[in-house]
Amino acid sequence: MVASMQRQEASIDDESEVEFMVPLIHGVKASIGLSQADIGFTCSGSSDFIAGQAFSFVMTIDGANPVPPISESHVEMDGAWALYEAWVKLQTGDIDTALVYSYSKSSGGSLRDVLATQMDPYYVAPLWPDAFAIEALAARQLIEGGMVSLVELAEIASRSREYAAANPNAVQTAQRSVAEIMAEAPVMDPLRPSDLPTSADGGCALILASGERAHELCERPAWIRGIDHRSDAHTLGVRDLTTSMSASLAAHKAGVGDDKVDFAELYAPFTTSQHLLTQALGLSGNTIINPSGGALCAHTMMASGLIRIGEAAQRISVGDGDRAVAHAGSGPNLQQNLVCVLEGD
Amino acid sequence: MANKERAAVIGVGQTKYASNRGDVSLAGLVREAAYRALEMAGKTWAEIDAVVIGKAPDFFEGIMMPELYLAEALGCVGKPIMRVHTAGSVGGSTAIVASSLVHGGVHDTVLTLGFEKQSESNAMWALSLPSPFTTSINAGAGGYFSPIIRRYIEHTGAPDLIGCMVALKDRQHALRNPYAHYRDPELTFEKIVESPMLWDPIRFSETCPSSDGACAMVLTNEAGGDAHDGPVAWVHGTAMRTEANNYGGRNVVSPQASEDCAAAVYSQAGITNPRVEIDAVEMYVPFSWYEPMWLESLGFADEGEGWRMVEQGTTHIDGGDLPVNCSGGVLSSNPIGASGMIRFAEAALQVMGEAGDHQVDGARKAFGHAYGGGAQYFAMWIVGAAKP
Repeated sequence: MVASMQRQEASIDDESEVEFMVPLIHGVKASIGLSQADIGFTCSGSSDFIAGQAFSFVMTIDGANPVPPISESHVEMDGAWALYEAWVKLQTGDIDTALVYSYSKSSGGSLRDVLATQMDPYYVAPLWPDAFAIEALAARQLIEGGMVSLVELAEIASRSREYAAANPNAVQTAQRSVAEIMAEAPVMDPLRPSDLPTSADGGCALILASGERAHELCERPAWIRGIDHRSDAHTLGVRDLTTSMSASLAAHKAGVGDDKVDFAELYAPFTTSQHLLTQALGLSGNTIINPSGGALCAHTMMASGLIRIGEAAQRISVGDGDRAVAHAGSGPNLQQNLVCVLEGD
Repeated sequence: MANKERAAVIGVGQTKYASNRGDVSLAGLVREAAYRALEMAGKTWAEIDAVVIGKAPDFFEGIMMPELYLAEALGCVGKPIMRVHTAGSVGGSTAIVASSLVHGGVHDTVLTLGFEKQSESNAMWALSLPSPFTTSINAGAGGYFSPIIRRYIEHTGAPDLIGCMVALKDRQHALRNPYAHYRDPELTFEKIVESPMLWDPIRFSETCPSSDGACAMVLTNEAGGDAHDGPVAWVHGTAMRTEANNYGGRNVVSPQASEDCAAAVYSQAGITNPRVEIDAVEMYVPFSWYEPMWLESLGFADEGEGWRMVEQGTTHIDGGDLPVNCSGGVLSSNPIGASGMIRFAEAALQVMGEAGDHQVDGARKAFGHAYGGGAQYFAMWIVGAAKP
């Protein structure tokens, strides 16, 4: 990873997705002196359901300036999977650079309700269980099983806001003590307001390069040493919501192993997800978790996973650490998980 | 392709295409195709390393990111599953992402699948949602493409009824394909000509149907292809190209992205004269006139001459030496998200010698083609009976 750029705001009212993505898509290329003609493969991630329009990504591609034509693809997934597709393309040896971007503007609707349409369309979606209610099922099991306490969840929330204060892209930066969080009334019992994601509009663009090309473009690239993604079952009743088989498996396949991890950026929209992922990925107390403040303090659907990878890469590049884990997730109770191990030279 | 791992298709599975597959759920529909592909490949679910699925907009079924709901149906618990979406070309792009996983040495054996269950929603509605600052013509894809077709006719002086000839040919081909949706032995040239004009010059009988259906393929690496006890289609080249929907000087009839994509795939496959070297073509023709248009754009005919190949019967399986859409094509079955993959899969079946009653005798190299958006997204592959 040789460059990245992001923008997240509580709501971007006066610009369309194309309008706010153009400066990011071109900015990230310009930041290392590239133009679209230098890019071997372009891949993006977005969602029609959030845009409220079929083929919404067809509008955004104009922002990448595909004239003359480009080699390009799109996933209806978080941009982390667009990055995965680009990484696969790099493995074939056909290309040595790739541009990846993803975005959403969820402020136009109620994201927690929109996400209900991800559920089994025959038996679950007709009940319209919103995203907070689905996560509350897991939270209830974790707490009643004694696997995490409300105080520990409040500590995660409080620490995230502390980290977010130093992140210019974070949306929620109001500091709150553990005691203050414990005093909040639950929104979806047992989840309190501070346990929930802070919704944001925005996007992220980043550039991958292989081998020598990476060194030409960046003094200290963040190398992808391993990347893997796995899925759990969808049916809530057949999953153990207190663990994440798919996250553990992806971490194992990506090679997280027992070596020191300086910091981790985890796609954790809820405090419960951060607790669960830390366990599932086998991260120790020495690893700094979500130094950006994470999705608890800025949650841009479809881009939050890619932003985690961008954040981790940037920290490696500036020398904040030598080895990092970045994670992306998708679906109810993080049904799908992607894990990426990054290292500096 | 020198350093790349080779990729091969060892299994193809299709559902029966129909306007309403009310007999199966979405999960049932995709499993029908997946099972058939696994059976042909001689593989079990356990032998599949990853799954790549593709479909057109989520609005077509009203399910957001359906790879989540379909994880169990596609055997993906504990496995990687990805969902590609590149407009109408998606079925082709999805197959290319799957082949990249093999070419890049990431996985040994991959299942790829495209589907659509159009009966669950209304594509015309889904395509006509109002958007700020954009005039909605509420006329679907036909309304978008008819002016481009008129431009082609004006430019080439093609006779008025070439489109009707393509429509008849593809429906005659469909009678040889048991999976095809539109199969009408009573259909005649006169009936097509007399069918209602929908978007001048596109008549009702010159358009694709709305279909439910799924198509799947099993791809494997060189060792897997060598070890396979059965027919194999080797991937000789893959390419995707995209261009803007609108820009000054854009050739809307033969977009630059189409020509670039074809040039890339020919170069990888070592093809210098496609008209001679390709034995069968499965191209994305949702409106009849796109056959002569793509014949020119893909280099099978000189500019302005594509319609003559139609007129002379060159693209008919009976007597033609460049049979096009022997399966009946998109004009006979159109589960949108699968339509591109069906083209890729039918090309594979031709070189495997497994195309049944619509087999082109001795096909050694075949071309699979898909396009989407405002004719701005392209995905193509060339498969061969011999290892590249």
